[in-house]
Amino acid sequence: MELTRRDAAAALAALGATGGIGLAARRANGGANDPDEDAGNGDAAGNEESLPDDETVRASMTAVAAVVYPDELTGVDSFVDRFLAGRLDGSNRAAGLREAVAALDDAGRSWHGAPVAKLSESDRDELLREAGADTAEEDRDGTLAERVRYHVVNELLLALYASPTGGELVGLENPQGHPGGTESYRRGPS
Amino acid sequence: MSAEDSVDRSPVPDADVCVVGAGPAGALVADRLAADHEVVVLDAGPRFDPADRLARQERAIRPSDDRPAVWDGGGERDAHENSGEWFYPLNHARVKGIGGSTLHWQGMVMRLHEDDFNSGTERGVGLDWPIDYADLRPYYAEAEREIGVAGGSGVDNPYAPPREEPHPMPPFEPSYSDSLFAEACEELGIDMHSVPNARNSERYDDRSACVGYGTCQPVCPARAKYDATVHVERAEEKGATVVDRAPVQRLEHDADRVTAAVYATPDGEEHRQEAESFVVACGGVETPRLLLLSDSEAYPDGLANSSGHVGEFFMDHLFAGAGGVLDEPTRQNHVGFYTSGSDQFYDDADEEFAPFKLEFFNYAGPSPVELALTGDDWGDELLDRLRDSYGTHVAVGGLVEQRPRSESYIGLDPDRTDDYGNPVPDIHWSVDDRALRTIERANEIQRAILEALGAEIEWVAGPDATGPAYHHMGTTRMSADPDAGVVDADCRTHDLDNCWIASSSVFPTGGAMNPTLTIAALALRVADDVERRL
Repeated sequence: MELTRRDAAAALAALGATGGIGLAARRANGGANDPDEDAGNGDAAGNEESLPDDETVRASMTAVAAVVYPDELTGVDSFVDRFLAGRLDGSNRAAGLREAVAALDDAGRSWHGAPVAKLSESDRDELLREAGADTAEEDRDGTLAERVRYHVVNELLLALYASPTGGELVGLENPQGHPGGTESYRRGPS
Repeated sequence: MSAEDSVDRSPVPDADVCVVGAGPAGALVADRLAADHEVVVLDAGPRFDPADRLARQERAIRPSDDRPAVWDGGGERDAHENSGEWFYPLNHARVKGIGGSTLHWQGMVMRLHEDDFNSGTERGVGLDWPIDYADLRPYYAEAEREIGVAGGSGVDNPYAPPREEPHPMPPFEPSYSDSLFAEACEELGIDMHSVPNARNSERYDDRSACVGYGTCQPVCPARAKYDATVHVERAEEKGATVVDRAPVQRLEHDADRVTAAVYATPDGEEHRQEAESFVVACGGVETPRLLLLSDSEAYPDGLANSSGHVGEFFMDHLFAGAGGVLDEPTRQNHVGFYTSGSDQFYDDADEEFAPFKLEFFNYAGPSPVELALTGDDWGDELLDRLRDSYGTHVAVGGLVEQRPRSESYIGLDPDRTDDYGNPVPDIHWSVDDRALRTIERANEIQRAILEALGAEIEWVAGPDATGPAYHHMGTTRMSADPDAGVVDADCRTHDLDNCWIASSSVFPTGGAMNPTLTIAALALRVADDVERRL
């Protein structure tokens, strides 16, 4: 099944192409995710100059998508590119994504001798699991595992499974988050 | 200074009406009066940016953000205690801010039935309202037009109360799973019908038709689901002043009039908003809390509390449900609302059994996208899990009335304070045996439907697993007798000549219908009474 330009647009329509409230509102509240109370930020946090550029983030995310997306999908690279073109803005959320990619690339260099985009698919899978992203619960400001789960793994899974093609993989043309209209809920199975 | 901090939150001189609370009741009152009067609305919460709604939707889908976080709830501002027999998740049940809890509501808008207004007489339980269905009927019709209701109750629901005109919009068509339920219900002699949705089935009032985001509860990015920002904006266009982040600390008063609402602002200042009339519209928890916080020598037990009933008779609707799986696709989770129900058993209510209604879900079982974000798998393994988990679920829900009882109440916790040093609300919630018995009765019917459908039943939400529907009611009850209630039949407090309460807190009994349409109808009626007396 092919991911199309429409899927990327739909994922952005579902999740927003701008950072919006993201971290800012939570930080203003001083709530549970207040970074001042968080000891889990990686090396790159708070230092925007050291954050990876768009090309690096896209390369890393595309490499991770090849691992976390099902094999039967095609068009993954262009889907991720188009999705990130909308998501990589100046928001705190985008900064969190860049920081998590930087941290994952650092881990790749330390443990496998190369950033995630330069690793084989099996090494990427192993790296993600070594980082703990498979068992961690997502947390945008948490530990390395929790941040990679939130900003990298779940960012990609959310984009896919809120898109029409991602929904159709499961048998649902209008997945939650996608404004797919009010026809499909009335239709019987095909 | 940020734009948010530069907002002018100073009092409005020569105000005619001060409304406390910018939820649906306060917004409708303000909109109704703003054209001809100087109206000020004070709300404890923020003014949310409409551009943030997709980001709030993402919070709703992601597992890391709980329900209160979607609309920035929780924390010291929203602290509360639970001293009752039953736990009440208050911050899951409300939103503070411009628009109030309609920002996260499901958006079901049924009228109460005629007997709901005469429960004591007709059912031998509870008490009669001092008004009848006929008194509220024209306001119901008006509220349906204001909110924008898609429904077909006058056409296909023989159990609905009488109405002269159709709903403003046609009902949403039944779902595919409704068609499966219809066969089972026909076999059992159970009538199904459309349900009124506060959600646009077509473009209405410059708001789009529903586009099927599927996250109605807790956020509609399309604004196709009504929320009270609609009437806040209209009121502001007519000249009303709406002040956000302005929690009212107390109502200053003399013996028979409220003189000012004292409110705090983010800059640490405190202000006094004077007005000719005051409308308290803070919902079923904060309304009694504000009255209790406004105690004085004249009213030592709380403002407007000569009856002693402020805070008492706290009620909600109880959920009854059952669900399972079929051996065929059921096409769930395309939309976030339901399209069919059954009110057939509602008016069988008596002393032993409470009124209840049935709801046929279109969102049974897990949402694949939410499921995808949890678990320790990815790739093909994850897809296999999603395919195994999604596709064959069905569920029938229902709401059950709980009886008003004085031992179920909202009080103040003297040992815990909020971010302004005020005692937090103490929820002391309990549920009567009639309600629990009725949940079992609803479960029997729900099981029968699922069995007729050939479903393997996986869960039943019975008396031990029920929970509240997040409909706070009853805590400043309406009564013609000043000793028996807090407000009169016009929702004006018995004690204070210029103070009204527009809220489900005035409901003497709750029925089993979602309360917001009745809240809206009462609010429009309050506005008319305020207007008459100005």
